[in-house]
Amino acid sequence: MQNETIGKTFAVALGVCLVSSIFVSYAAVSLRDKQIENKKLDKVKNILIAGNLYDQSRSIQEIYNQYIKAEIIDLKTGDPLPQDQYNDDLNPDDFDIQAIADNPDYSEPLPAEKDIAGIRRLPRYMAVYRVIEDGELTRIIVPVFGKGLWSTLYGFLAIDKDFKTASGLTFYQHGETPGLGGEVDNPLWKASWKGKQLLDDQGNVLIEVIKGKVVPSSPKADHQVDGLSGATLTTRGINSLIRFWLGENGYGPFLKKLKEGSNNE
Amino acid sequence: MSKYREILFGPIFDNNPIGLQVLGICSALAVTTKMETTVVMALAVTLVTAFSNLFVSLIRNSVPSSIRILVEMTIIASLVIIADQIIKAYAYETSKSLSIFVGLIITNCIIMGRAEAFALKNPPGVSFLDGIGNGLGYSFVLLVVGFTRELLGSGKLFGNVVLPLTTEGGWYTANGLFLLSPSAFFLIGLLIWVIRTFKPEQVEEA
Repeated sequence: MQNETIGKTFAVALGVCLVSSIFVSYAAVSLRDKQIENKKLDKVKNILIAGNLYDQSRSIQEIYNQYIKAEIIDLKTGDPLPQDQYNDDLNPDDFDIQAIADNPDYSEPLPAEKDIAGIRRLPRYMAVYRVIEDGELTRIIVPVFGKGLWSTLYGFLAIDKDFKTASGLTFYQHGETPGLGGEVDNPLWKASWKGKQLLDDQGNVLIEVIKGKVVPSSPKADHQVDGLSGATLTTRGINSLIRFWLGENGYGPFLKKLKEGSNNE
Repeated sequence: MSKYREILFGPIFDNNPIGLQVLGICSALAVTTKMETTVVMALAVTLVTAFSNLFVSLIRNSVPSSIRILVEMTIIASLVIIADQIIKAYAYETSKSLSIFVGLIITNCIIMGRAEAFALKNPPGVSFLDGIGNGLGYSFVLLVVGFTRELLGSGKLFGNVVLPLTTEGGWYTANGLFLLSPSAFFLIGLLIWVIRTFKPEQVEEA
């Protein structure tokens, strides 16, 4: 058969690859903007969910613009980054945690003994979101992330204006087992975070996600959250990541500054 | 006419790719915890099978047999990437829960199997129908499994509460087993049993 010549083999292989690559590139390029848009919108939606501001009947961007004021902070000092230092990467309304954590200019390796959240590299800067209602700061929403069982969980933690009480938690990206660790998405479990004491007055981390159910009569009940049943490792991961981000390597300095600021007023 | 009907609907009961040929069950385990992901996955596999059959059949007379499999894989992989891109653009929430499994359609034995067994020997039109048919057969099993798993595992269908859960103040205690992969094995096994009870000619000789 003349199909079996070497020339023909190369010609067919080349032709198939060429045509396929044209189709693939066309699809990738033409759908790219829409995908990026989706990803951004999903993140904004989760900021709103964490802040208990989400309302299905209104556009996500509209609510965001009305209530949220984003800024970038230096994690070590807790001070906001001056706006003149914003650039394409450091941009509060379009902040890509993964890109920042991978970029050696904006992050540093985290020694294993401090790395309880399993994130390996600690960003130097993070975007935080202030919720402003009627001109007053009512909550602060901070991004958190860390390792669960299968995946790194990315989420937002909303903290009350006393800077020590939780007002909401939600994860927008994770790959935990559906039905078990995936229950981090369960609305009831998420709601159980509301009102829990995250920190004491000195800024020490109190909050714990325990294995099993919280005993309501226990004196510790105000800073304990139920674990997810059947998902010990995911539960442990969430406990570590929340404690890490509230601690001195996470938002500790930032929260302390905010608190001092509000006490002086 | 009956030949086309046979090609299109035969794979649903008479020659089901999962039920009779037991192909493609890996993805049937992974994506069937929720109806929504199940439907998207079923659609994606059906379209990819149909178009890969079409394209393979179009060039079947000029492909040298030495690189036949490579050509098929290239076509299938491209189609899967396109499907993945489209899902990410138009069904973002679902694409998050399907994650890696859309990419794994490439390794779904049904698609490769149909390209090899049918599209290489038949003209494009019939091959396209055969792809749709086998996709429907796969979808049928997936939908049955997905329906059962979501209903019994989380008391919902398409994310809407059908059986209110005790954890959310209802009466139904969710059966967590249905959310784990083994349950899909049991369900597919039961389904094959049922199909073969009604169609004894499918039973293999011991």
